[in-house]
Amino acid sequence: MTKPWDATSEHLLRELAPQVLGAVARRFRDFSSAEDAVQEAMIAAFTQWPQQGVPENPRGWLIQVACRRMLDHVRCEIARRERETAVAVETETFLPSLDIETDMDPDDTLILLFTCCHPALTPSSTIALTLRAVGGLTTAEIANAFLVPEATMAQRISRAKQTIRASGIPFHLPAPHERAERLPAVLHVLYLIFSEGYASSIGWHLQRLDLAREAIRLTRNTKTLLPENPEVAGLLALMLLTDARRAARTGPEDELIPLDKQDRTLWDRAEISEGIELLTAALSKASMGLYQLQAAIAAVHDEAARVEDTDWPQILALYELLKRVAPSPMVTLNHAVAASMVHGPAQGLELLRALDSDPRMAGHYRLDAVRAHLFEKIGDHEAAIKHFRIAAARTTSMPERNYLITQAARLAGD
Amino acid sequence: MKYILMMNTMKAGHGVPDWPKKDLQAHIAFMMSLNKELHERGELVSGEGLSFPDQAKLVRADKNGRPITDGIFPESKEFLAGFWIIDVDNPERAYDIAARISAAPGPGGAALNMPIELRPIMSTPPQEMV
Repeated sequence: MTKPWDATSEHLLRELAPQVLGAVARRFRDFSSAEDAVQEAMIAAFTQWPQQGVPENPRGWLIQVACRRMLDHVRCEIARRERETAVAVETETFLPSLDIETDMDPDDTLILLFTCCHPALTPSSTIALTLRAVGGLTTAEIANAFLVPEATMAQRISRAKQTIRASGIPFHLPAPHERAERLPAVLHVLYLIFSEGYASSIGWHLQRLDLAREAIRLTRNTKTLLPENPEVAGLLALMLLTDARRAARTGPEDELIPLDKQDRTLWDRAEISEGIELLTAALSKASMGLYQLQAAIAAVHDEAARVEDTDWPQILALYELLKRVAPSPMVTLNHAVAASMVHGPAQGLELLRALDSDPRMAGHYRLDAVRAHLFEKIGDHEAAIKHFRIAAARTTSMPERNYLITQAARLAGD
Repeated sequence: MKYILMMNTMKAGHGVPDWPKKDLQAHIAFMMSLNKELHERGELVSGEGLSFPDQAKLVRADKNGRPITDGIFPESKEFLAGFWIIDVDNPERAYDIAARISAAPGPGGAALNMPIELRPIMSTPPQEMV
């Protein structure tokens, strides 16, 4: 008995991927090979199910296919070792029985998240591995999202797994204190996936996989697993409150439209309400963390029906908190923007001076871009044009460069 | 972050380098093994070697948009010999790779220390500008 493949099937398949991987990895006690086997099972499902229909027990189907691949792999390994060492091996002890009614452990997805977001890995390989192992994406889809060849992405994932294997971490949930220590890294990876996806929705690279939606889905799942953690809720709220502006963020020619020029009627009301609801619930629980604060700032913007209704004193207060909780040059920069909206552009420019001596900010285009906007506000168009052009020369984002040179040209034409 | 590394070494009219065979072979082997390593690390997006400048043409459109080709260039001009597009985690890694290419072995196995032009590819995500 099968069901026809429809719009929900792909989603189902992705949701099942980490559960299947968890079951197979625990059974064989080998995350790395299990991950390959599940990827093969996923590809088999993506090829066969649209034609043959979705099996009645899709999870069992995937586990069975993945286990067969694992057994093939184990048999090959044993044969190779026998050839190499000429030592007879009791094969049966290595081969777990093919029982598809494997228990499901709700913590599997969490274990996978902590395994993939391992501190020994580089950011790019962490992201790739998380998307494949936890997100159930194929290597081809991930490669497409990052605009690199599939073979390059496959290598990146394979290297990440070698690192995990070499570090010898067992496949189980870290102890509570260790979990708390490593959760920020997991959240950061989810955040990076979101911002990469949100950004890549701009520009001419059409038909890229929607990483922002994937990040929201993964964070939603993480929130189900850790319902009491206010920072997970804060991150999900931040994503929703930012993603809500997606339709208003680009014009007809795909050009970037900054927040103060966006058509706010295009903002997604459902996402905004959900984000605010999540945030309100999280804020009542504990002290404000990095993501809750950023979500709170996004919420203040989203709640303003017109740009002139924006509650800037509230945003300024939130940035002051953020400066204490998670100080960074980017926070100082945004704090200066908020201050300029409350106390005038001259004060904003004054606050920016602190960043000139910060090596982390030296030569960063955003400092010049913000300066340009503030100079324009105080009426110094010459300085504004100069800084728009410096910023344009420094950015490595094409939509941003187009925006900045257009701003300089607009002022020069006055 | 993606970078292009450009190796501008070919001079028009100079033809094929007249190094001893073993030095040429060592140079080619070095490039092959570097490419293999970049691929295995999941950093190589693409890379190509280009034909010798004898085959280079400059093309412009005439008034009617038809191509006018111009060929064979003055000897002094340097040409792109090959390029790599890499995707790495930080600029320092890109500089390291460029330095490795720069020090490719030349005649007598000595490092060539050629200049490698490195340029970021416009691929960074734009950020919300408030």
